Amino acid sequence: MEYLYYPGCSLESSAKPYDESLRAVFRRLGLQLTELDDWNCCGATVYMSVDETTSLAITARNLALAEQNGNRDLIAPCSACYTVLLKTNRFLRDSPELKQKVDHILGGAGLKYNLTVKVRHPLDVLVNDIGLETIAQAAKRRLDGLTFASYYGCQIVRPERGFDDREFPTTMDKLFERLGAKSAYFPLKTRCCGGMLMTTFPEVCLGLVKDLLECAAENDAQCILTTCPMCQINLEAYQKRVNKMFGTSYQMPIVFFTQLLGLALGCGELELGLHRNLIGLRMPLPAAAA
Amino acid sequence: MREREQIPGVLPASEQELRRRFLAEAHLVPGGDRISRCLQCGTCTGSCPVSYVMDISPRMVIALYRAGHIEEILRSRTIWICASCYMCTTRCPQAIKITDLLYALKRTALDAKLYPDRFPVYWLSKNFVRIVNRFGRNHEILLLLLYYLRRNPLGLLRLFPMGMALFRKGRVKLFPSKIKGVKTIREILRSAEALELPRDKQPVAYVEGMVGYRAVG
Repeated sequence: MEYLYYPGCSLESSAKPYDESLRAVFRRLGLQLTELDDWNCCGATVYMSVDETTSLAITARNLALAEQNGNRDLIAPCSACYTVLLKTNRFLRDSPELKQKVDHILGGAGLKYNLTVKVRHPLDVLVNDIGLETIAQAAKRRLDGLTFASYYGCQIVRPERGFDDREFPTTMDKLFERLGAKSAYFPLKTRCCGGMLMTTFPEVCLGLVKDLLECAAENDAQCILTTCPMCQINLEAYQKRVNKMFGTSYQMPIVFFTQLLGLALGCGELELGLHRNLIGLRMPLPAAAA
Repeated sequence: MREREQIPGVLPASEQELRRRFLAEAHLVPGGDRISRCLQCGTCTGSCPVSYVMDISPRMVIALYRAGHIEEILRSRTIWICASCYMCTTRCPQAIKITDLLYALKRTALDAKLYPDRFPVYWLSKNFVRIVNRFGRNHEILLLLLYYLRRNPLGLLRLFPMGMALFRKGRVKLFPSKIKGVKTIREILRSAEALELPRDKQPVAYVEGMVGYRAVG
């Protein structure tokens, strides 16, 4: 199967391991992932707060470019990109007034968007298109003995009901349980990490991150699996500051779900960007079968 | 406020203007008019992970809007604290798009240049938009640099060790790079601007049914 790929700005820098591991996983599964040529920023949660119409038009440029690539689903791994691209599709579908405006603006740049692009999250694609059985068959090693906390964050399941429940999703849990790992009790799975508040209001954001780390640690998770670049950086890079502020001593590895999936599929650590994580995944995993 | 006391039931001119601008923004949110259905149940405030640090809770935002105190909302930190997790929107029994309406309030605030004291989060938004408009993509380092230099230069020192750790792991892109189609971004901005200009000159039609309790039931 062929998919179009919209990496997003974070995956070029701080979330590079997410980009590397996602590509590795798709390669292993024999799926074609073509990067959307010359994509631009989706606008994240921020652009919309300055100007709605321009924000929609900037995002729609990507969708218009994707549409030129034929009938392939657009994969957006970053939660913010995913939700913003989906929201743009929905806003343009629901409001003829906005659609007309955005059409006019895109027209000025020689582009046209007909609302045909389907935006997908890689977790959705892997579990619902490829299927747990296919992945389990392709797996080169079991993940027995590993307890993980599956942290979905807020934006891949909200605001609209997408591929899973908005408050208690289970897609990631099912995927890794099928591969032998154990899903820890983690009721904060869709609790917000604070996102950009880490920059604008760190005192509050560090508290939110501490709650997440505490919940995972107390329920014996050996690592937190995440689907979002923002969550990953907040939980991993700021863990030291959380420890300092709250007198804790967390050393919780925060791993992109594609990194762990890649390990199960027999990819190498370099290929998965595991060497780029600040807190290494140290659990003994059964060796990969040849 | 004094003006309000003088003529009971009539909003001061500045408040009327804010209301006009906010309604215009809210009108552009599909389903934005559902704000009039609010029951004041407080599910939004109870669901919000950061409402405990807001000076005005999400439920109060809608109450204040109804009471004709939009300026008070814009001067609060609330709209700039929202982290866009959409929990309130998801749980609202009346399907009010609270997060999107907070975006509409942010736009109204930027438009009217009304901000909370000592809480200039809007710089981040403005700088983000500037970077994206210039390069076509966001650049994390530039965004943080621009924000911290103005807000809290010393904060950069605290970030430095973490930045270095990420840099050593190859997770920092030092310089921004332009996308090839940066010209189309410029064209988009130009035609968006041309399209938006008349909005400020024409009075926006008063949207009946969007205001207050009249629309309920």
